[in-house]
Amino acid sequence: MKFTIGWLKEHLDTKHKDNKIVEKLTDVGLEVESFENVSSELDSFKVAKIINAEQHPNADRLRVCDVDIGEKNTIKVVCGAPNAKKNLLTVYAGPGSVIPKNKMKLTVSKIRGITSYGMLCSESELNLSNDSEGITELKQAKYSDQVGKNFFKNNSEKVIDLSITPNRPDCLGVRGVARDLVAAGVGKLKNISNKNIKKEGYQNIKVSIIKDKNQGCTIFGSCLIKGVTNKESPKWLKDKIESIGQKPISAIVDITNYVMFDLNRPLHAYDADKIDKEIIVRNSKKGETFEALDNKEYKLYDNMCVISDKSGVLGLGGIIGGTRSGTEFNSKNILLEAAYFIPRSIRKTSKLLNLDTDAKFRFERGIDPKSIEEGLTRAAYLITEICGGKISKFDVQKTEKDKKNKIKFKLSLFEKIAGFKIKDKDIVKILIYLGFEISKKKQELQLTIPTWRPDITQPIDIVEEIVRIKGYNNIKTLEPEKIRIKDTLNKKQKLFHFLQRSVASKGYYETVTWSFTDSKINKLFKEDRDEVKIVNPISSDLDVLRNSILPNLIFYVKKNLDRGFKDISLFEIGPIFKGKQPGQQLTVIGAIKSGKVSRLSWNEKDRLVDVFDAKKDVIQTLNEAGYDKNDFFIGDKSPPYYHPGKSGSIYLDKDDIDPVAYFGEIHPNIVKKLDINTEALVNFEIYLDHLKDNKIMLKDRKSNFEYSDYQKSERDFAFIVNKNIKAQDLIEIIKSIDKNLIKSVKVFDVYEGENIPSDKKSIALNVTIQSSVKTLNDNDLEKINSLIISTVENKSGAKIRS
Amino acid sequence: MSDIKKIKDEYLDKLQGDLNLEKVNKIKTELFGKNGAISNSFKKLGSIQSEDRKKFASDLNFIKDELQEKINNKLQEIETKEINSKLKNEKVDVTLPERDIDQGKIHPVSQVIDEISSIFSEIGFSVEEGPDVENEHYNFTALNTPDNHPARDMHDTFYLDNNKELLLRTHTSPVQVRTMLKGKPPFKIIAPGRTYRSDSDQTHSPMFHQVEGLHIDKDINMGHLKGCLNYFIKEFFEVDKIQMRFRPSHFPFTEPSAEVDIGYELKDGKIVIGEGDKWLEILGCGMVHPNVLKNVNVNPDKYQGYAFGIGIDRLGMLKYGINDLRAFFETDYRWLRHFGFDPLDVPSNYRGLSR
Repeated sequence: MKFTIGWLKEHLDTKHKDNKIVEKLTDVGLEVESFENVSSELDSFKVAKIINAEQHPNADRLRVCDVDIGEKNTIKVVCGAPNAKKNLLTVYAGPGSVIPKNKMKLTVSKIRGITSYGMLCSESELNLSNDSEGITELKQAKYSDQVGKNFFKNNSEKVIDLSITPNRPDCLGVRGVARDLVAAGVGKLKNISNKNIKKEGYQNIKVSIIKDKNQGCTIFGSCLIKGVTNKESPKWLKDKIESIGQKPISAIVDITNYVMFDLNRPLHAYDADKIDKEIIVRNSKKGETFEALDNKEYKLYDNMCVISDKSGVLGLGGIIGGTRSGTEFNSKNILLEAAYFIPRSIRKTSKLLNLDTDAKFRFERGIDPKSIEEGLTRAAYLITEICGGKISKFDVQKTEKDKKNKIKFKLSLFEKIAGFKIKDKDIVKILIYLGFEISKKKQELQLTIPTWRPDITQPIDIVEEIVRIKGYNNIKTLEPEKIRIKDTLNKKQKLFHFLQRSVASKGYYETVTWSFTDSKINKLFKEDRDEVKIVNPISSDLDVLRNSILPNLIFYVKKNLDRGFKDISLFEIGPIFKGKQPGQQLTVIGAIKSGKVSRLSWNEKDRLVDVFDAKKDVIQTLNEAGYDKNDFFIGDKSPPYYHPGKSGSIYLDKDDIDPVAYFGEIHPNIVKKLDINTEALVNFEIYLDHLKDNKIMLKDRKSNFEYSDYQKSERDFAFIVNKNIKAQDLIEIIKSIDKNLIKSVKVFDVYEGENIPSDKKSIALNVTIQSSVKTLNDNDLEKINSLIISTVENKSGAKIRS
Repeated sequence: MSDIKKIKDEYLDKLQGDLNLEKVNKIKTELFGKNGAISNSFKKLGSIQSEDRKKFASDLNFIKDELQEKINNKLQEIETKEINSKLKNEKVDVTLPERDIDQGKIHPVSQVIDEISSIFSEIGFSVEEGPDVENEHYNFTALNTPDNHPARDMHDTFYLDNNKELLLRTHTSPVQVRTMLKGKPPFKIIAPGRTYRSDSDQTHSPMFHQVEGLHIDKDINMGHLKGCLNYFIKEFFEVDKIQMRFRPSHFPFTEPSAEVDIGYELKDGKIVIGEGDKWLEILGCGMVHPNVLKNVNVNPDKYQGYAFGIGIDRLGMLKYGINDLRAFFETDYRWLRHFGFDPLDVPSNYRGLSR
């Protein structure tokens, strides 16, 4: 919403300074986006200084000048003037400038082989004098500190650009803005001097509003203006239209636009001679077409509100007119329309046709239904003033009776919501300025809502009106109470935060990536989850919600590898999606690691990251979060994007159905397919939703401190087992032999190769044996030794290695 | 008697001076070996008159202990010397680099969320969350933004179906709705999380983070709202004084509504919050609209309160001097290293937000 200060003052009688007015606009909720001079064509003429002037190599009469125009670098300009010499202050016009004298538009051009960026101007070219002998010479004293500044003063009026919230259609007109300012104490509202216009004869084009279902038009006002001479608008009108960045078209169109910007009253002017007999406001039928004023043909659906005549559609009511009945310079008789269209209908139609116009924007937000006669009067008056002609009586068709919206407002509600007091009479005063009609009954106001305020429907809206006009700076600042009734975080949230920092503490950089991803990469990781397409993605490679935490992580690992990083550790904690219904999401940690450990280390041998790095980090993370790793069960099944032989899954307990985590090397096919240039790539995932609540609180987790002072013994065993036997199984077998005596089992060697059959491997275990009741003697130890050997051999088919 | 005294003097003398291990061991044998001087003296014990025996034994034991201690000291001395001389050859260059340390980082967004949670925790807010995918009811309709409302155009919404029923939440406000539907007033919550709008340039990214705040009770007015935000901003930016400006604005789900600016100045091209005469918009807020309360079965005649929505990423940018919003989500290793936080830097009430 743009207007000049001068325009505003046509409605506002004020002594306040411009800056004060601008400040007040923001204070009452009409946010000022900018307050600037209209840029002018003359802004591109700058005061400039010739830094150096040399003879043009290919032309005797030309010079090549280095010109300082106040920017970082000087500019090269080829100049034919004899007075172009070093240190001269003159006027420079950049490419794109239009020379006032001959209206020539400058471009960057080559003059005899040398590129010239713009031109140095003579006084004659600038219309300053007739002197065309050489370039303008500016006085040192006045201009030496002006280099780079505009040569011409911009005399245009300052323009205010407001960002109007959707609830305030009334402020889409200058008068509405003025009204708010008046309520806030910035002057008085001027009366619009509606000259008495002479109305002669009837509007004899029949208008009817058809009682269709969901008819979008409820009022259609019109008048005929006969015998006009349409022409270019006079200067004052052109200036007005141009000042707010619009293009003048013709007097009649400019007047309808002017009234719209001034009063927020959209109008439409038809060439009356092009209307076939009568005006029928009705619902469209599917397949009807018409050519709109934007020169596009629109194909209509059922039930759009159209203005039509006997031959067909003339325009879309409240949105756009049609070319068939548009006014032109040779139009003689005009039918002027001022109507009311229902916002819902406008919005539906414009959405369906993807059509956005200024009229639509206004009707969609709600136009004052009572502004019809005022709008017609004002426009008709201006048209006859400028284009001549005779005005008919007004014809107003209505499908509904006028109704006044009233609400009751308890005065006490104000303080209850706003938290501060203001006098009842101030409340009344503000509301009156805003256009309310008021009758007071004790502590209650009976309010009639102004017809231009469709946003006001209930008492709370009245509170807002009063607070904003009174000023938000009156609201107190009440110190918050420091009382906590509920825990800040619940268990799940605590776990989230704990795991996040736990993973980071293992050397991973946390990243935050989109919740959406490239369906092509997502496919590799989605498993059996439903793909969730975004109907209107930001780009075609971010077209689905991520089914896994990995697609983005892998994508960005690749990007960083391409940047030259080799050893990367990244993780993300966030949502993945199982389906497109709300809540069909899981919170997952994905942590990925590439490259080597101890690369370029002077004292450690480097090695590739492998599955056991990922396993270490994930086990340790879970362990830190309070899950006992001695209870974990490691499965060897994992999703197909992992290396089938070098990956696994973690269950908190052997009997659990869902694994809480996966770890392993990324499947080499995927590494290849995504062209990831790394020596090794491993990953782990933790599914937070599968992690059971730790029911035991930290305070209860510390059991009695018990230890044994009796001597402990260590025994080593080496078993030869089938390759498919798992270390976890052997350990479990040994541990379960005697939970009281066997304190720990450690794997200290795994060997395959020479001296061992090719389908077997050797596993060496160190077992710590200790009793809590006595020192074990050789006999006891021997017994447990042979029990370990026999049990393992029986249960796993192993053979003790002798 | 004089014999053993002599032995003592002789050997104490022998044990003086610089001896090597071999010599000390030899002395040890000479004294305590099978035929050593002391051992032999003990053998004499039987042949001594009973009246002298006791004294002799006592003296002999005394001398034995003295010599033994002397030898032990000597041995220790030699050992220490040997170790010391060995260590002389064991010097390493301690300026060589230490073993690799895996230094991880917390993303600024996570850090800021933790800071925000910590601050609001102090004044009694608890954290609620909601789904990223919402239906149009929770995201718009229940928040007093019906289908034909132009305010819907202010949100460039990502849709998941052609009927525009399912969408990615455009703000964290639906968490308000969900929280109030499942509980009873009073409510005092914040809801941080991911939000989505189909918009992308230097200051907009298709995904960003918001924190929603909601406080509903019997007598919560705009003064409480102002006080709460004033407290939060001051704590968050860790400054003693801030300038804050409430401007009337419009959101369908609050009435009255406000946008909040904070004062700042530019010092050496950096934004300094709290001083200066420039204004920066940082959040939207207002009193929860009675229609919203009705939609979640809270009686607006009995209960009232405020809600606010703050851009988390933007807060982080301001506090930590980050210029480009998009960089938050581009996973540039160098950026993460530079702007990331040490995982041990956990913002907390008692320790403060930062070191």
